[in-house]
Amino acid sequence: MLEKADQVFVLLLHWLVGYLPAAWRPASGVLLCVVAIIAVYPTLFALAVLLERKGLGRMQNRYGPNRVGPFGILQPVADGIKSLTKEDIVPFNADALVHFIAPLMLVVAVFMGFAVLPMGRNMVLVDLDASLLFFFAMGASTELSVFMAGWSSRNKYSLLGAMRAVAQMISYEVPLLLSTVGVVMITGSLSLVDIVDAQNRYTWGLAHWNVFKPWGLAGFAMFVIASMAETNRSPFDLPEGESEIVAGYFTEYSGFKFALFFLGEYVGMFGIAGLGTSLFLGGWSSPLAVLSWVPSWIWFFSKVMVWICFFIWVRGTMPRLRQDQLMNFAWKFVLPMTLLNLLVAAEWRFVADMWLRWIAGMVIVVGAYVLMGRVGMRREHFGPRTYRYAE
Amino acid sequence: MSVVFFVLTAMTLAGALAAVLLKNLVHCALSLTVAFAGLALLFLELDAQFVAFVQILVYVGAVAILVVFAILLTRSAETPKAGGVFSRTWLAGLSVAAAVFAVLGWAVLESTPWLPQTTEAPAADVGQIGEALMSRYVLPLEIVALLLTAALIGAVIVAMHEKDGAQ
Amino acid sequence: MLGEGILKGLAETAKNFAGSYVSKDRLTTVQYPEERIAPIEATRDFPFLVYDGEDWQAGLRCVACQICEKECPPKCIYIEKSKDKKPDYVGKPQIYPARFDIDISVCMSCQICVEVCPFEAIKMDTVFELATEDRFGGLLLDRSKLAKSNEYYHTIHPTEAAEVDARLAEEKAKVEAKARAAAEAAAAKAAAAPAAGAPAKTEPPAVKPAGGAE
Repeated sequence: MLEKADQVFVLLLHWLVGYLPAAWRPASGVLLCVVAIIAVYPTLFALAVLLERKGLGRMQNRYGPNRVGPFGILQPVADGIKSLTKEDIVPFNADALVHFIAPLMLVVAVFMGFAVLPMGRNMVLVDLDASLLFFFAMGASTELSVFMAGWSSRNKYSLLGAMRAVAQMISYEVPLLLSTVGVVMITGSLSLVDIVDAQNRYTWGLAHWNVFKPWGLAGFAMFVIASMAETNRSPFDLPEGESEIVAGYFTEYSGFKFALFFLGEYVGMFGIAGLGTSLFLGGWSSPLAVLSWVPSWIWFFSKVMVWICFFIWVRGTMPRLRQDQLMNFAWKFVLPMTLLNLLVAAEWRFVADMWLRWIAGMVIVVGAYVLMGRVGMRREHFGPRTYRYAE
Repeated sequence: MSVVFFVLTAMTLAGALAAVLLKNLVHCALSLTVAFAGLALLFLELDAQFVAFVQILVYVGAVAILVVFAILLTRSAETPKAGGVFSRTWLAGLSVAAAVFAVLGWAVLESTPWLPQTTEAPAADVGQIGEALMSRYVLPLEIVALLLTAALIGAVIVAMHEKDGAQ
Repeated sequence: MLGEGILKGLAETAKNFAGSYVSKDRLTTVQYPEERIAPIEATRDFPFLVYDGEDWQAGLRCVACQICEKECPPKCIYIEKSKDKKPDYVGKPQIYPARFDIDISVCMSCQICVEVCPFEAIKMDTVFELATEDRFGGLLLDRSKLAKSNEYYHTIHPTEAAEVDARLAEEKAKVEAKARAAAEAAAAKAAAAPAAGAPAKTEPPAVKPAGGAE
């Protein structure tokens, strides 16, 4: 029974495809999976937007939306109807074709990433040999659509936002990639399915998640920071800093195209949360051996939602960074930490002694963190702000 | 030679041609990206996943962005001059291009297995590529790494020098 | 250590999040259409015309002097003078506005009209639920919509209204005292005239210009 629950979607797919002639089965199976992904994540997007608005409200001691439906749960529906029925305005001077393609490209690239995420036991659309690389390749191609959106609008704010976004995404892509290299080094595979399988083992009832190891912990922390920057989430939301540049690269978008950008941003967040979950938090595996009867897809989606909630929590807490702080933080703290983390991963791999590798790993990670934090704070690279007024 | 191959080839060539012929520089850069992406898809069609993904990651993700940045930071994205896309020294350019093409063509034709018999495609998975890079090709890899590091340090020094001059 | 401040901040927002479910005192907002916070006394948004007494047309303090119309920076006031006159609060006959329109879609709530008005006739209102489906007509308020009673003025700005009333009363008292003095003087003169005879006839023209200049 529990096995059935675990594999319910896989069985459903087989049952549905079974009605078709044998020649059509592989193609239609893939198509059904794609439809499922395209149906599930926008639903989660609606849920996340509601969670975000309610959660942020509560963090600021407000109620949040509570008018549409009981407790405001129909708010996303209202938002959706509003954005669908709004007039779609294209600026007179805009580059109409590029302006039109940009949101489509963003959404397509963002959805492509889900093809390789294992969302449960046997629940992966394509098990590529280099699926991690595929995910990052898709993530990298969103940058261009952001630039296209900003440039084609012929608006200073849009272009500024796009330049900021692209500069930020490039800067944080390096630590994002490097923070995952440790996992690849230890697992010995670029396949996300293999990486999750490697974490699905238990010692004393506790899972072998990568985050429970020194290199994994440091990598996880750096991954979280870099993923926030990569998805333009607060405190790294300079590209759309509404107090400075209206709405950044989607200033000139309205109606459904704006909704597409919004969707792309959130779905990108799910994607990166899913990736981080697979890399560091054991993907669909349960944290404790006694809880492994819970269906694997429940674990995956609940971990993703927890991740999203953490993003919301951080957004409700931190103010936006300044551009120089953003760059300093990326290149002078996160990047060296991820490079050092490679050393820790290598040490973990080659030191056989259980205790020695734990102690050495922890010493390097914690020592580097404290030391670099101190230096950075003293030099005011990312420490408290000092103000100098114009004379 | 499947239909997919022809579609991808058409896409790549169209992108490359558009990159040369369009007047707006940003449009050119975007068309170039289409060509890059087409190339990546061609690699994918040849079952070379690793190369395809790296092609997208590096060319679409980084090189295209770099090109676009360079265009936006150096000059106006519009080309105000009404004159055609051909420069005055088009003859020299054409001869250089022809020479390069000739050398490439010669190299391809001279390389031994021109139109190989339908042999088993070598199953090059990521692990094998990694092992090859770390064993047989470790020296070239290290040399490239050294070169890139030198370039990086050089860029940093150039940038720092400029900052000192400004102060 | 690096990150300490971030942790403190996260703890603070977590406290807010949990606390807002537990204690209602934390909530800084009210559920607006049902619950309202009374506006503070200095609140102001758009001007209105004050009238005394029951009938707004009779009691309108405005004498259509058009100072506000000329001073209004965005030029949102339009006034047409009346042909006839009606008595003002002291009983003196004055012209009144036959038309007085304020386009509140143009008004910028600067209060200059209030400051320049010598007759305390125009004051700032506190109503803000002025949304309308008619963008042009609905936001162009005419006399009947602008006229509001002095009692209403007392309810929205009690301190200010009391000051204005005191000032008007003082003025009225002054005018009345003068009228009374003039009447008494006239009565005295009338009483004295038969006695004094011919020499008194030259005096009244000398007094009247002096009274008019005050």
